[in-house]
Order: sequence, then structure tokens, then C-alpha cells
Amino acid sequence: MLQYTARRVVQAIAVLWAAYTVSFAVLYMLPSDPVSILLNQAGGTSGRPSADQIAQIQSEYGFDDPVVVQYFHHLFDAIQLDFGQSVSRGQSVTSLLTENLPPTLALTATALLFTVVIGGGLAFLATYVGWRPLRSFLHRLPAVGVSFPTFWIGLLLIQLFSFSLGWFPATGSEGISTLILPALTMSLPTAGILAQVLIRGLDDTLEQAHIATARAKGLSRLRIHLKHALKNASLPALTILGLLVGSTVTQAVVAETIFSRLGIGRLAQQAVLAQDIPLVQGIVVLAAAIFVVVNLVVDLIYPLLDPRVLPHTERRSRVRTTPTPELA
Amino acid sequence: MTLADAELGLLPSSSPTPSDRDGTTGRARQTLRLLARRPGFILAVVYVVLVLLSAVAPRIFASGDPTQTVPKDKFLSPSLDHLFGTDELGRDLFTRMVHGSSLSIEATLISVGVAVVAGLTIGVLSGYAGGWADSLLMRFVDVLLAIPSLLLALAIVTALGFGTVNVAIAVGVGLTPGFARITRAEVLRVKTLPYVEAARSSGAGRGRILVRHVLPNSWGPVVVLAVLDFGTAILAVSSLSFLGFGAPPPQSEWGSLISAGRTYLVTSPWLTLLPGLAVGAVVYALNHIGKTFEEIQRWH
Repeated sequence: MLQYTARRVVQAIAVLWAAYTVSFAVLYMLPSDPVSILLNQAGGTSGRPSADQIAQIQSEYGFDDPVVVQYFHHLFDAIQLDFGQSVSRGQSVTSLLTENLPPTLALTATALLFTVVIGGGLAFLATYVGWRPLRSFLHRLPAVGVSFPTFWIGLLLIQLFSFSLGWFPATGSEGISTLILPALTMSLPTAGILAQVLIRGLDDTLEQAHIATARAKGLSRLRIHLKHALKNASLPALTILGLLVGSTVTQAVVAETIFSRLGIGRLAQQAVLAQDIPLVQGIVVLAAAIFVVVNLVVDLIYPLLDPRVLPHTERRSRVRTTPTPELA
Repeated sequence: MTLADAELGLLPSSSPTPSDRDGTTGRARQTLRLLARRPGFILAVVYVVLVLLSAVAPRIFASGDPTQTVPKDKFLSPSLDHLFGTDELGRDLFTRMVHGSSLSIEATLISVGVAVVAGLTIGVLSGYAGGWADSLLMRFVDVLLAIPSLLLALAIVTALGFGTVNVAIAVGVGLTPGFARITRAEVLRVKTLPYVEAARSSGAGRGRILVRHVLPNSWGPVVVLAVLDFGTAILAVSSLSFLGFGAPPPQSEWGSLISAGRTYLVTSPWLTLLPGLAVGAVVYALNHIGKTFEEIQRWH
């Protein structure tokens, strides 16, 4: 167990480092000109920047150093949680991130809760209902959830619940009532994905021999469904849920923009519009960190739920999903 | 993490396909017969073909001028004359959607093109070469997967600048890891099959085996993913243009049309809801087509 944990943690740190490197490569080495972007930001002058200004910006941000030197310089700062100064806001990136993180975490947590409830509930109904037409309708429903643009779902919910029914406010970030609609917006697509995975798992599990045994023993249908089938089928779903955390963070970008909420997502949208390179990088690294940490936790919980995993740490992914083939 | 990734992990790999000619034509006929029995699939294909057609020749569907403003006809609700109603300047929304599809479809094609080319290259190299090259490439793919694809796209758009083509490239890069993984898995599977070994032992070179034996037999799941990702790309491109990084105002594209109607959500909800419904239907149709392909592959 200790060895397994240590290996997972080292892997997580390596992925995080690599994510930092990729984002650095994209933002600082693509054929764009960070200096002119920064000058547009800082000066806001329409005229052509003078050679002095360019030289000043270059030395200020270290662009006159070779790329490798810049990279190690930035990396060293980043390890100390210093992502530099935001260009468009004149504030340190780290403080902007810590200010905006709590509302986004609350939103993401609520959205994940909705995802589990809606996705799990739908999967349960779709496999439990006996009446064929309803059953096949429920089997197809999750695909609808993933087919619509998230922002459109958000606008539809605003039109329905804010303007027509007046149940929830359309904008704002104060209180719990403002949390419901954006969280619902973010969770409908992910609930669709989760439901698809769970339905498939449940359908497969229900055909297995131990279910037939349980039936032969005379257990009630509900009991078989919840205790024997759902328990097995939800193991792969846990992995999917870990992966969905990543997309939930990105959906916060859209949801927070529509509902004008404070948070990392809205900050990301504004940072890109302002081409604020240090801020964009900080956000990308933060999102990768959240993703890596959540999946690390999932990986560490896994052996507790499915002891078959541990003895085969090498070929773990194959063993843990015995009922269904390897997951993404 | 996209829908396609989640889906794909669960695809059981298709069974090996026999390569003799007779078997292939027989199978094709059988497949067609199976498809004909699925009205939903046919409906989906027809809708997608119509949408593609509207991108190539919009005049067939809407003869009017998408930019013509008729101030007295502004904010008309949907009717037979104006299927999707009219916007704040009296422009016919259906005409604008039809004419907007060329830009949207173009962007989607660029995205999927980038993803297929890059993903196939990485996947084939990785699966066929094996060894350290394989581990290196796959670790790189793992890292790309750890950065949520929309955020990676945002970073790329920040560096490249705004506009539909840049957005499309950024989305394509985000879709690449999925293709790389599925291609590698398929190449690994096909590589060990008896007929590939037979070809190798009869002296065929590595390149020939790759082109003649491995690639033709590993495209199945890749095509399914391409169809599914076509839908994912439509959603991603329209999301990015909704956030304001896409085409500048005079040009119209599905995402920007939906977001343009947002200002009038209270008074004229159809300006937002109908275009979104049309886009969602395209993505749903593509998902349905992809799923049907997948099922057919499983039967064979």
C-alpha cells in the first residue's frame, strides 16, 4: 500500500510539472509576441512602442534571457507558488487565484453533487423501469444532455427558472439560491456522461451469474439492483467521476460568465480576452492541479473499495475494471 | 475530458475483420440492411447531410440575404415566413443560421482535421515503435489529458490571438490525445494478429506492414471517435465563440448567433433557444451516428 501510494504521488507531481511545462511552451514559445501583447496591456498607447519601452518590458519580464533561463526562472517561482504579476490587473496572480477560488470550489462541489444525483438517479431508473418504451427513452436521454452547448443550457435555465417562473435569480454570487442554476448548468452535461457509463455498467452487471443467484435466492428486485448491481457498476463510474472534475472546472468558465458570478472561470474568460499571459498560465496550472489531486484521491481510495487492485499495481487499470473494458 | 473520451474507454475493440473480398462485400450488404432497419439512424444521417449541404450551398435553403436589415420587421416571432423569427435589426434568423453554418462547419473540420492528423501520427508512431518512444509519447498524451481541453484551448487562443481559425486549431489540439490513445490501442491490437505475423514472416518490410495490414484494419474505432468528436468540436468551437474569442461581429457563426440573442432573452427567447436547438440536434445526430457505427463494429 505504501509503495502504491508513493508511486501515485510521484506520478501526480510529475504530471503537474509537465502540465506547467506545456502551458509555458504554449504561452511563451508559440509564434506570438508576448512583448507587444504586454505593451498593449500596460501602456494602452496606440502609437508604435519605442525601442526603450520594448527593452524595458523585456528586461522587466526577463524576455531578454534565453528561453531555457526564463523557463527555469518561472518554474522556480512557481514552485514557491509565485506565478508573477497579472498584466491587466496589476495584482499578483497568486492573490487573484486565492481570492477567486472559494466561490468556484463551492460551485464545482455543488455541480458534482448534482451530477451524481441526476446521473445516478437516471441510470437507476433507466435500468430499473420495466416498461419497454420508457426504458428505451431513458436509455437515450443522457445523450441529449451531452449534445447541447453548456452556455445554451444555462440560457434556457435562466429563461425558464428566472424569467418565466422567477424561482431563482439570474445573476449574482451571493447566497445559496444563486448557486443552483449555474451548478445545474454545469452538471447536466456531466450527468449525461456519468449516466451513460453507469447504465452500461448496470446492464452488463445485471446479466452476470451472481445476479441470477441473488434472484434465485428470492431477494427483492430493488435489493438486487441497489446492493448487488449498483455496487459493482459504480466502480468504473468513480474513475469517470474523477475525470469529470476536470471538465467541471472548465464548465465553470462558461457558467460563471453567463450568470456573472465571481470565480476562477470568469477570471479565465477575462484573462484570455485581455491576453493576460501570466494570469492565464496561473489558471491553467491551478486547473491541472485540481484535476491531478482529485484523481490522485480517486486512485488512493480505489484499492479500499476494490481490493483486487493492489496485488497487481502494474496492470491496475486492467484489473479494476473487470466488468467493463479499460476506461479512458 | 470529453464525452468521446468517456465513451471510448468503454468501446470493446471490434473483432478482427476477415480480409477476403467476398466476405467484405457480403458484410457491406448485411450492414446496409441492418442500417435500413434503423429509422433513427437514417433520420440522423439525412439531417447531418442537409446541414453539411447548407455549409456548401446555403442558397438552396435560404435564398434571402443574411445581412439584409428590415427595421419594421424586427423581433418577429417564428412563423412560416420567418422560421426562426427575426432579430433586433429585422434580419431573418433562419437565413443567418444557414449562412453561418459554413463558418461553423469549416471550423469543425479544421479541429477534427488537426486532431486526426496529429493523433494518428502520435498513435501510430507510439504503437508501432514501442519501447522508449512509446512511453515518451504516451506520457506526453497523459499530460495533455491532465489539462482540461477547454483550458488548453484558452491558453492556445491567448497565444495565437482570436478568430475562428485559431479557435478551431486550439480545439483540435485539445481533441488530439483521445485520437492518439485510440489509434495506439488499435495498432497494438492489430500488430499481434496472426495475419500480420504471417506478413512479417513472409518478409514484408515494416513500412509495408504498417500501410497495407495494420492501418486498414485499425481505422474502425478511429472513425467512430472522429464522428463523435465532430460533435464535441461543434460544441467547443461555439462555446469559445460564445465567450468572445471567435469571429468578429459582421461574420456570423452558430455560437455567436446564439450569444447575440442573449441580450433579448426576456422579450424574444426564440433568438437564443431556436439556434441552440438546431445546433444541439446536429450534435445529437452525430452522436447517434457514431454510436450506431460502434454497435455495428461490435456485431462483426
